[in-house]
Amino acid sequence: MNWTALVIFIIFFLLVTVLGFVAARWRKADLNHLEEWGLAGRKFGTLITWFLVGGDLYTAYTFIAVPALMYGAGALGFYAVPYTIIIYPIFFAILPRFWSVAKKHGYVTASDFIEGRFGDKTLALAIAVTGIVATMPYIALQLTGMQAVLAAMGLGGDWPLIIAFVILALYTYTSGLRAPAMIAVVKDLMIYITVIVAIIVIPMKLHGFGHIFSAASAALATHTPPGAPVATPSMYAPYATLALGSALALFLYPHSLTGILSSSSRRVIKRNMALLPAYSFALGIIALLGFMALAAGIVTKNTSAAVPLLFLKEFPSWFAGFGFAAIAIGALVPAAIMSIAASNLFTRNIYKAYFNKSASPQNEAKVAKFVSLIVKVGALVFILGFPQQYAISMQQVGGILVLQTLPAIIFGLYTRWFHRRALLLGWAVGILYGIYMWGTTGYKSTTYALHIFGQTWAGYAGIWALIVNVLVTVVFTLIFQAVKLGQGTDATSASDYSIEPSA
Amino acid sequence: MKKGSKWWYVLALIPLIGTLFPSFYSSVTPTLWGVPFFYWYQMMWVIISAILTAIMYAALKNN
Repeated sequence: MNWTALVIFIIFFLLVTVLGFVAARWRKADLNHLEEWGLAGRKFGTLITWFLVGGDLYTAYTFIAVPALMYGAGALGFYAVPYTIIIYPIFFAILPRFWSVAKKHGYVTASDFIEGRFGDKTLALAIAVTGIVATMPYIALQLTGMQAVLAAMGLGGDWPLIIAFVILALYTYTSGLRAPAMIAVVKDLMIYITVIVAIIVIPMKLHGFGHIFSAASAALATHTPPGAPVATPSMYAPYATLALGSALALFLYPHSLTGILSSSSRRVIKRNMALLPAYSFALGIIALLGFMALAAGIVTKNTSAAVPLLFLKEFPSWFAGFGFAAIAIGALVPAAIMSIAASNLFTRNIYKAYFNKSASPQNEAKVAKFVSLIVKVGALVFILGFPQQYAISMQQVGGILVLQTLPAIIFGLYTRWFHRRALLLGWAVGILYGIYMWGTTGYKSTTYALHIFGQTWAGYAGIWALIVNVLVTVVFTLIFQAVKLGQGTDATSASDYSIEPSA
Repeated sequence: MKKGSKWWYVLALIPLIGTLFPSFYSSVTPTLWGVPFFYWYQMMWVIISAILTAIMYAALKNN
């Protein structure tokens, strides 16, 4: 047991717990209203949105899973960098449209938009269920991250993790989206301090970057299968499709959209797309911690432990404890936003749509609070049900599912040409094909080798499934239009997508 | 190009071209401060992409 690290860890953990409960009083409003509990009243400005969306995107995935893949397999793990490079310019163009139409019509979730746009409850339900299910493995990834730092301090077993999650569940319940927004500020300060210290101290101790890379290459060569210090030709397609697929998936996740919808204007979103890359630079440095762990001679079978063990070896205990707290809080913030987003979906698009059509906003908030607890239990089940060598595959599995909602949500923001029934068919085929491809690897890998015209294309299953999804959607749109199948009604109008409220 | 023109959105494609073809940049040399080309090239694109998005913001903030 590392007592110094543990004491520091607990102090910071308690600090954010207090913050989480205090957050309920911040920008005081009636938290028994779904738009207040689940979207913080859509009032966040540039700075808070930056912290909140940053907290959404840079999670245990970043601090544990990406360096773990670098540590175990080498260059492939660096795909997270082009992934976060291409996201922002793409979504700069798309997200303001989504924000505007959601603000105009009071949409809280992507499914609300789908129902308004296509007048199709089944399609909206499909999108909602996909969002909820895709979020589970992503929350599970946060659990893995917390487990890794707790284990490094000598806290094995399940109970410390359960305690941490009960605390998280309680303040999410009372404070809603205000809690992760407030905690995200502290989390980021801690993360940036840790990253800056790591990038200075560790290379100094390990005789510079030249030595880190050569030592890491040598260590990777001894792995089975051997890891690659830079991408090899067989990795080009998986690397590029993983980067592209993860980028396209990111803002389809319910929790990222929640962060976007809680911002106060179109301009706040655009400004954030230009400011968020500051995190990507930190991400690149954190990814390299995987190589630093190799160069420092860290040996572990559990790749998620690579960064925690590196901290323990290269930092004094008290600073390692600080870094661990940063990572654990960095897992709590997104876990809170994810469970809020999933419960918004359940409340709006399943409970209200099917079980209680006349639910009041107070009633909605009550259900959402309760479901946010259930969702966390679901994530626990996932982590026990699908043991993975690399925690990162949890994020990739969620991505396969959530990517299948792209045609309805993103194409839907621009055109109503696609037929609602064709979108549903495309979605179903995409989901089934995606899960089938993941299944052929024994649920171990999300890279699938496609054989077309005698050529082999290995790539991210999410992208292959999306291509099939779009093909099916286009073909059936043509068929359904030919037979004049009912199109449903569009509750939105062209101008809804570009309005900026004057306030 | 005029401020507010939709053509500014085309800038979003440049980072895709720059980063999604690892065959162009997957090499160890030239190294920079000991960092292989593969890594510093992509880190450089973080900055380029941020600048491009900032330009898009300046040109399109009122749209």
